[in-house]
This record gives sequence, structure tokens and C-alpha cells, in this order.
Amino acid sequence: MGHPQLNANGELQHLLTIEGLPRTMVEHILDTAASFVGVSDREVKKVPLLRGKSVFNLFFESSTRTRTTFEIAAKRLSADVLNLNIGTSSTSKGESLLDTIDNLSAMHADMFVVRHASSGAPFLIAEHLNRIRGPHVHVINAGDGRHAHPTQGLLDMYTIRHHKKDFAQLRVAIVGDILHSRVARSDIHALTTLGVPEVRVIAPYTLLPSGIEQMGVRVFTDMREGLRDVDVVMMLRLQNERMRGALLPSAQEFFKHYGLTQDKLALAKPDAIVMHPGPMNRGVEIDSAVADGTQAVILEQVTFGIAVRMAVMSILAAAN
Amino acid sequence: MNKKPSLDAESAYAALRDAVSAALAAEPARKPCIIGIHSGGAWIAQRLHRDLALSAPLGTLSSAFHRDDYGRRGLPAEMKSTDLPFEIKGADIILVDDILFTGRTVRAALNELFDYGRPARVELAVLLDRGGRELPIEARYCGAVHPLSPGENFVLSRTADGRFALEIE
Repeated sequence: MGHPQLNANGELQHLLTIEGLPRTMVEHILDTAASFVGVSDREVKKVPLLRGKSVFNLFFESSTRTRTTFEIAAKRLSADVLNLNIGTSSTSKGESLLDTIDNLSAMHADMFVVRHASSGAPFLIAEHLNRIRGPHVHVINAGDGRHAHPTQGLLDMYTIRHHKKDFAQLRVAIVGDILHSRVARSDIHALTTLGVPEVRVIAPYTLLPSGIEQMGVRVFTDMREGLRDVDVVMMLRLQNERMRGALLPSAQEFFKHYGLTQDKLALAKPDAIVMHPGPMNRGVEIDSAVADGTQAVILEQVTFGIAVRMAVMSILAAAN
Repeated sequence: MNKKPSLDAESAYAALRDAVSAALAAEPARKPCIIGIHSGGAWIAQRLHRDLALSAPLGTLSSAFHRDDYGRRGLPAEMKSTDLPFEIKGADIILVDDILFTGRTVRAALNELFDYGRPARVELAVLLDRGGRELPIEARYCGAVHPLSPGENFVLSRTADGRFALEIE
């Protein structure tokens, strides 16, 4: 058996992780996304590629932004979209994950967009669907536990390429809660796949997974040192619930050492861009002046995210 | 209008240009916008736009989003974007393609065009009509007619100095 994301013809059938995707595939997704960017500016903001297809947004963990952008992307491709917040329905009544999938599959879903708190859940669903439905049904991982969030990684790459044109000379820093972040993992895989020569992670030891160096990154615990001469600063959300454990003393303390302020940003290259996957905690990981400043591209990430998700959906739907 | 079967792309182009030019001369009030369908149609549109010295900007159009064979063939490996730098609503449009075959590309291109607005009129100009229509679509301006059998295809290429060549594959 080959890679679980690819079908027998080597086409992308599911998007579960960026890890292991060929560079040409990643570039193809970004190139395709470029042609979808303009669709949102048309008088008719819709193309018919997924006409007659049903996309099920399956969110076992709540998320407003990601679910909304997947929904808009599917609707601009003319698909029928159903949003299911499973966290509040079946599983709370005791139904198993795969029973839920079987039931939805019996409603002839063509594509599942899955978010789940457990790492690997979308893989399980994809393998199960391959068994019961064959190659005509598709799964997109919209975030699983600490593992992966591939469309966020791809939209981040799209945003970087939009501003920096080329990955071959870049120095990129990822800052914050690396330990719990699926976004960080997907970004690291995407950046190294696209040939970025230097990827840095900046975090206190308590928020760094052990063995992170094996992913090909340089580790910094001093933010000022880590930001020196970087082209891209990717901030991560600090989940408030982490504060209750023993990982961090307080939000104020975190902001002092790892919050992105104008004076810390001044250590990066003058044309460095600032990114954040949202939702932001102003005054915890990022200062308002930076978040609203001229170097921030945070809202562009949201806009490009729709085009990238349209590209992923239309590439998957054509694989059969 | 030259309707003799021909494989000489340059003479086909000259015939097409003269046909469009004559039609525009007959209606001097017209201010048409030229839109080429990627990729071959865009090359021809670019040259027509220059040779006819048209004032309206040149547009290019991709039919990829509306193709009826997407389910089988997917999106092209290299996607080209639609670029229409003028108002489509109320516009007088000459849509340009290289080879007219089944008519399916033109159908998809018209759908793409109408996503941008409602033009006042649309005419079709093609370098070559190879027969084999599957839809009720015909060209108003045509450089040459040369029927081919279903398994054969014309491939248009453009040399470095901008001249066209046609080959049968």
C-alpha cells in the first residue's frame, strides 16, 4: 500500500498532512490557488467545479474561522455544504466515530472536512472510507489534535510566496506554543518541503516538544536572538488553558519574553512579514501595535485561505 | 473570406485578420474588446489587437473552471487566470480561439465570461475550423476550414518572432 493520501494513480485523494507530500504537489496546490484568488472579485463569486457534490464539514472540535472558510470555499465551488458540530450531538449520545461516518456516508457525502481533538482521527476516517466507499470519497484534515493542520500550512505558504516570491533564501521564525501546535508542525513540514534553508522555532523549554531539532529546525529560547534577520515571523496562538498547568507562570510573564512587540520585531529584517493563524490573544503573544501594523499580513492569510481551500477541494474532487 | 483548406497558419491568420478588419470597417462606430482563450487563442488575440490597432485593452480568459470534462481530467497542470481589464457589462466582445472543434471550450468560455457581467454582444473568431461540432456553436470569423478525423488534432505553436505554425498530431 502506498501513501494513504494518494490513490492508485498517484493523485491526491485525501489531504491529511503535508509531511511526505512531494514538493511538486505542494507547488501545484499553491499554483492552482492563485487562479482561484480572483474568483472572489467577480460579479458571480462561484465556479461550478463541485456542482452536485456534497461536502460535509465534520467538526468534532469547535472552530468558527476554519469551518467558515471551508464552507465559503465549498460554496464558491458550487458544492452543497452541510455543517455538523458533532461535539454537541451523536458522540455525546455514545455513537462511535466510525458509526457516525457510516451514517453520513450513507447520505452520499462526496467529501468530508474533519476536525478532531485526537491526532490521527482523519487518517482513521480516510482508511475506513477507502474500505467501504472506494476511491470516490475524499477527506480533508481541518486540524487533528497536536498533529497537523495542512490547509493552514498551505495558506501560510501561499501568503509567504505572495510576499517573498521565492523560498530559497528565506529565514523563517515560528514563535510560541510549539508543543501543542498542529499549525507549527504543518508549517515546518511545508517550509522544509519547499526548500526554506533556515526554519527557527522560538519558545520556552516548557513549550518545546522534545526532539524538535529532528524536524530540521534551529531552536531558540531567547526571542531577541531568534528574530535576528528573519524574513518571516509566524506567531502562534497561546491557548489560555495552557496557563492553568505548570507550563507557564502567567500571561504577563509570557508576553514579556515571547510576545511580539515593535521593538522585538525591529530585530527582524525591515521588510519582514508578521503572520498569525488566529484567533489572536492581543497582549499575550502579540502586541496590538504589531497586529495592526504595516508588517502584519494576518487578514490576507484569511483571504488566501479561501482560495487555497478551493484549490485543495477541486484537486481532490478530480482524483478518482 | 478565405475558406480553402489550408495548413499554413500565417495565411490563415491573415485571412482571419482581414475578415475581422472588414467587419469593423463596415461598422465604424464599434469599439470592440478582444478576448483570447488561453493559450493559443490568447496568442492570436494579442496579435489581432496589435494589427487592428484597437483602443480597448486586451483580455484573456481561461475556460478551466467551466470545463465539462473536469470530472474526468481534473484541472490543468498549469492554471492560467482570466484577466479582463474592462467592464464586461454592456461590452461588445470578440472572443478568439485557435482551433474550433467540438464547441465545448467556447461554451465553457462563454460561461466564464458571463460570470463577470452581461455583455451587449459576443462574436467568435477562430484561426481554424476543423469540424466535429458537438454543440450549436459557429464562428463569425474563421481563418481557414480543414476537417480532421476525430483521432487527429491540430497543435498551434508560436515562434520567437511571433509567427504561427500548425501541425497535425
